[in-house]
Amino acid sequence: MFIDTDSKSLQAQSPDFPFRIFKGKPKTRVTTEPAFVRWGLITIALVFLGLFVIMPLIIVFGSALEQGVKAYLAAMYEPDALAAIRLTLLTAAVAVPLNLVFGVVATWAIAKFDFKGKNILITLIDLPFSVSPVVSGLIYVLIFGLQGWLGPWLNERDIKIIFAVPGIVMATIFITFPFVARELIPLMQAQGVEEEEEAAISLGASGWQTFFRVTLPNVKWGLLHGVILCNARAMGEFGAVSVVSGHIRGLTNTMTLHVEILYNEYNSVAAFAVASLLALLALATLALKSIVEWKTRTSKKIKSKNDKKKERNEN
Amino acid sequence: MRIEIQNLTKKFGAFAALKDISMGIESGELLALLGPSGCGKTTLLRVLAGLEFADGGSIRFDGTDATNQSVRARKVGFVFQHYALFRHINVFENIAFGLRVRSRKMRPARYVIDAKVKELLNLVKLEEMSGRYPSQLSGGQRQRVALARALAVEPRVLLLDEPFGALDAKVRQELRRLHDEIHITSVFVTHDQEEALEVADRVVVMNEGRVEQIGAPEKVYHQPATPFVYNFLGHVNLFRGRVEGDKIYIGNMEIELPENAQRDGKTATVYVRPHLLEIEEQPNHHNHFRATVKHIHAAGPQVKVELMTEWGDLIHVEISQKRYRALRLQRDVEVFVTPKEKKVFMAMETA
Repeated sequence: MFIDTDSKSLQAQSPDFPFRIFKGKPKTRVTTEPAFVRWGLITIALVFLGLFVIMPLIIVFGSALEQGVKAYLAAMYEPDALAAIRLTLLTAAVAVPLNLVFGVVATWAIAKFDFKGKNILITLIDLPFSVSPVVSGLIYVLIFGLQGWLGPWLNERDIKIIFAVPGIVMATIFITFPFVARELIPLMQAQGVEEEEEAAISLGASGWQTFFRVTLPNVKWGLLHGVILCNARAMGEFGAVSVVSGHIRGLTNTMTLHVEILYNEYNSVAAFAVASLLALLALATLALKSIVEWKTRTSKKIKSKNDKKKERNEN
Repeated sequence: MRIEIQNLTKKFGAFAALKDISMGIESGELLALLGPSGCGKTTLLRVLAGLEFADGGSIRFDGTDATNQSVRARKVGFVFQHYALFRHINVFENIAFGLRVRSRKMRPARYVIDAKVKELLNLVKLEEMSGRYPSQLSGGQRQRVALARALAVEPRVLLLDEPFGALDAKVRQELRRLHDEIHITSVFVTHDQEEALEVADRVVVMNEGRVEQIGAPEKVYHQPATPFVYNFLGHVNLFRGRVEGDKIYIGNMEIELPENAQRDGKTATVYVRPHLLEIEEQPNHHNHFRATVKHIHAAGPQVKVELMTEWGDLIHVEISQKRYRALRLQRDVEVFVTPKEKKVFMAMETA
């Protein structure tokens, strides 16, 4: 291939040149595939990633800044956009903590107790993943809408849920419910955690102490992971929210809905400007997640290295 | 602390894990619960700790009823089979855990906790490791941390679940040394008879949820109470013979009938350990039987020989290396097997 012809001269210049690997190093492990398979798979993965993930991201930011920074900022400071951002933040601020608590409680029930209908509960937790968000939204309309079951009763008491903020929050909670629980269930069911909890109790810890000092630290990265994903989805949810919101500008429009409206009005700079905020949120989420994972790994590694050095010096 | 266990039963669904267990554990002794997997030894240990609760029977700690006490109230130290160290905190904090979670009134001052943990680190010889995380320790080190952690709360009894699991024999002496230093009543579970016989003051042999025998190691080894104990503690050969008067005839061999043998019927079963048999090249009048050498395992302090008897049973005989060289044994050679002493055959009541 094209790299092969050049590789000799490149290698001569620098022994660490990354393409060196194309020359086919001797096989060191039985699980290692031949070079062309490895590089073929890596190429396919990278092309896919570029086409479907990186290119759209670039387009979002490119289109948002098409008419310069000024137009970009103007689209952001527009009152309806600010209202949409506020509503999105509010929704996430309510939905994420509630789902954190619900998720931990549900996981606790599933991991620690045996009861009838446990499998049904596990299946139900997955329901928001398997049902189309639009259907989820419609369920809320059917229950709380004017023609719904509770509609007349709510109307009498002048409580507005559908086409108002409470409906948006509730739909978001429903959609994002599985993230925390799904992340935690396998962690809490792992054998080791249970033994550690038994150990804590045998050492005299109370139930709460065991939870906060042993269980939670053991699952904290999974929990954080779940919360980050839950938050990303809460801010990015479109379908369910779209059904229950009613699209009232400045009142019941979240960021995603606002993007849609702007786009439908051919205001693509403004649409992409708000969309870029959502994209930034996604990038921040990824960065946060990576930092969290990287930090836990390195802090332990450095410690053990120092210890080993110490040991060697003493010997 | 003295522990009394009376008529303890425990079921998991339809499976009876403990069937009417009664025993006493003396203050300060090191007791081994020995048995094959599934015999109920770990269940018994967990019931003692309060991690499981019995369906029937009672447990008394120093005379007071502890049957339904919680783990916390019992003040036991439990060392888990896989150590169950807290992964997210270092060795020092692992050991300090039991002291730190105490209520404010009961909690020692910070410097007292520090001193106590250092003392324990010293006891288990891990002073250098206090800053490490469990994942950075070897199996033996982890176990010692688990032990120190359990001891930190000054438990009334120390319970250890398969403490030697996959560890080398040196660790056994370690536990013995520790026990001799602190003299805490200790119970450990093992499926390894060598381990139990080597370390424990007394051994409880269990099988299928029942206690087969309780006694000092030499007693259960030399005077097994049941065929199960005989079989479980080392190899054993089994012979069936004709009973005539006070004698049993096994092939051409004539042996005295052991005192406790069942006399009814025409046959009896007797047992003998492999090292109590001898191999001869020449017949020695009437006290022998013929056998053919089938397999020789000569690596080790003793040479293990597998033989086929004239009536077609496989038996094991252990002879010294010296004797093995003198005999110049070969496979498929016919030899004569004879007991080393007169009274080496044992009979069981339920044979």
